[in-house]
This record gives sequence, C-alpha cells and structure tokens, in this order.
Amino acid sequence: MVALTYHAPDSLEEAVQLLSTARQPVKLLSGGTDLIIQMQGLIQDERLVVDVKKIPGMRAADWMEDHLRLGPSMSCAQFTKRQDIQAVFPGLVEAAYLIGSTQVQGRASIGGNLCNASPAADTIPALIVNRAACLIQGLNGTRRVNVEDFLTGVGQQCLASDELLVAIEVPNPAARTRDAYLRFIPRTEMDIAVAGAAVSVTLDDTGVCTNARVAIGAVAPTAILVPSAADALIGTKLEDDALLAAAAASSQAANPISDRRGTVEFRRHVVGVLTKRAAKIAANRVGAL
Amino acid sequence: MKSHISTTINGDSVEFLCEPSQTLLQVLRNDLGMTGTKEGCGSGDCGACSVIFDGELVCACLVLGVEAQGAAIETVEGVAAHDQLHVIQEKFLEHAALQCGICTPGLIVSTKALLEENPSPTEAEARYFLAGNLCRCTGYDKIIKAVMDAAATMRQGA
Repeated sequence: MVALTYHAPDSLEEAVQLLSTARQPVKLLSGGTDLIIQMQGLIQDERLVVDVKKIPGMRAADWMEDHLRLGPSMSCAQFTKRQDIQAVFPGLVEAAYLIGSTQVQGRASIGGNLCNASPAADTIPALIVNRAACLIQGLNGTRRVNVEDFLTGVGQQCLASDELLVAIEVPNPAARTRDAYLRFIPRTEMDIAVAGAAVSVTLDDTGVCTNARVAIGAVAPTAILVPSAADALIGTKLEDDALLAAAAASSQAANPISDRRGTVEFRRHVVGVLTKRAAKIAANRVGAL
Repeated sequence: MKSHISTTINGDSVEFLCEPSQTLLQVLRNDLGMTGTKEGCGSGDCGACSVIFDGELVCACLVLGVEAQGAAIETVEGVAAHDQLHVIQEKFLEHAALQCGICTPGLIVSTKALLEENPSPTEAEARYFLAGNLCRCTGYDKIIKAVMDAAATMRQGA
C-alpha cells in the first residue's frame, strides 16, 4: 500500500487545521471500504489519511426540529437498524441496506458513499429525492450544498482541500410523503447497480400526487435529479399512463455508458422501469400511513 | 513511522506497533501471530477475515491497524472457552460444514454475530446475513444446517 501518515482528530477544528496545512495529498477516512482498497494500488505515493470518525457527531443520527442530522460516518449497519429513521425514510434505509455484505455494512457509511461519488452509489438517488443537503466545514466556515449539486463527476465532489463533510441534513418530509429506491443488479445480493431509481411522492387525501422527486443512478457520470419525471407524476393519481410518462422521462434523462454490466439501451430501458415501480412503492407507502 | 496502538482483543489488553498502511488483518496475522483469522481476497469480498470490531461484524482487511486504538475486537481465537468448543464450532464439526477450512473461522465469527443479533433466524435470514462469507467447497448447505442447528441448540440452552 501507499506510504501513509494517519491522524484521527477528535475535533472539527483540528481536522480542518490538518487538512489546510497538509503537504501531501489528503484522503478522508470514514468506513474505509472503498478507500483502503483504492490505496492498495498506489505503491509509490504518499497520503495523509485523516480519520474523521472520532470527531463528535460524525457517527450519530439525531432528529432536529425540522430535519434528520445524519453523521456522515455512521455505519450502514447502525443506520439500517434505526426503526425511527426507517419509518420516515424507508427508501433511504433500503438503499443503505443494499450496500455490500454484512461485513461491509459494519463499516461503510452514507457519507463515504456520497464522497466516494461512484455513479452507481445506491444512497445518492435516495438522498436527492429527500432533498438532503451536505453541511461542509472548511477553514473559512461552513456552507450547505444540496446533494445533487455536491457531485461534480465520476468519483468527484465539490469538497475543497481544506473541507470535510460534517453532516447530511435530511429535511422532515411533508405530510403524506414517502420515498422508495430500487436498483437492478444481475444477481440477488451484493452487486453494483446497473441502474437505480429513487422516487419520493406526496399524495393528497384523494390520492392525487401533489409533489414528487425522481433521481436516477448508474446511468450518468453522477446521480441526477429528473424534474421531467416528477412533473409527469404531479397532478395525477399515478395511473398507468402517468407512470409510463415518468418512466419515459427517466429513460430520456439517462446518459449511460455500455460496460460489462449493461448496455446503453438496457440501462435506458431499465431505469425507466425502476422509476415506474419505485413510484408505485412510494405511493403504496403513503397509502399505508 | 510506526504508531503505538492499545486495543482489546478477546477481552485481553493488547499493545502493538504498526505502520499506518497495515491492515488490521496484517497486524493480527503477521505481528500478533493470531493466524486464526484468514486472508482470502484482501479486498472485503470473501469474509474469511471476519472479526467483530466494536460490536460490528467487519472484514479485518478493510480496517487499518491504527483504527484499532481503543477498540474492542473479537476474533475466532476468542470463540471457544479455553478447551471447550463453542456450540457453533461443535455444530460445524458435527455437520461436517467444512472441507478445506479457509472460510471456516470467518463463518464461525459471522455466525456468532448473527445469533447474537437474531437468535432465531429463518434459513433465508441466515443465508442473507452470511452472504459475505464465501465458501468454494461445500455448496453452503452443510454450513446452513450447522448454523440452524447451532441456533436451535443455543435457544434451548438460553
């Protein structure tokens, strides 16, 4: 592995100080399930590894007045056991539950999934439909960036060299709002999404969709918000033609590549099907409230 | 530069020196001589190096040795009580739930984590929980039989 210097700061101030004065390239360590493997290939290089898990709040999830404050380094295992969170954001929890094996879930975190910025990251579409924002701390203070704007490319996000993600803020959903996430993989467990879709819908008492968000993953350099798919759902009772229109909008918005897991044509088609099915699941969840 | 790490392994205080680039798996096997934890893939895919780290089942190859500072770690060496095998180990023997044996320590540790979290798993739940432990010999059926039998035996004993 690469030559490492390791620090585990126990305060945010110390972490920002380390980041801003580092002479070698910095890697932020959360669960490490991506990072440790990525570093195995780099024999000659030096890296400063800043382990963020000892900073207060990084592994907690707390309900604030109007949002869930999610510590970016909370393990998926801890996150998916939180029934209070699952009751409100079932789609986000099911996305976290799909990541890796039990062992990987014991370390992997949603903040790590987000900052690693894989196009196929499962939790990112689910964060986007829930209007989640990243709270970022740097030398010059804090800023908030919506998750859909946080990602800038394959494996890239907008953190500056002196910045780290300190919280993911997920606003409390409006009344009668629920989410769902679905992905396609060639087997039943432990694989990387070929396509993924998250949907959040708000239904009024008569079942009319008054608000919706659709985000798709693994079909573009980053997960993307698809307003045209949401527009196809809003004002309808999610009848078949509305669902087909949303599916078509997602397929249209997708900009996938062909690789050994799926072709452009397959991904375009499947992301539409997933959009349709996730919308139905989210609506059924509202109906069950 | 090596770091001085104080940790707890199977209830014992342990101190070691390690490079920040060493994984916990390398520290356990190469520096502490605890070779019960196996290296299969070294990339978090096979589960042979499963250990319980601060209460969570993890792959030791995906944890840095320096992260063990202040942690509590359980390895396969801590499963048996001295020369008395754990029920899970007895059931793996009874059902011949192994052939080459490389996956077995990881499966024993993972099964222990499963049954601590869920003493009455369905077969499907057990298979999903243990899906990160690959076995290329047995075809899994004997393993699952051993796990389900161990669960039933442990419930009777509790």
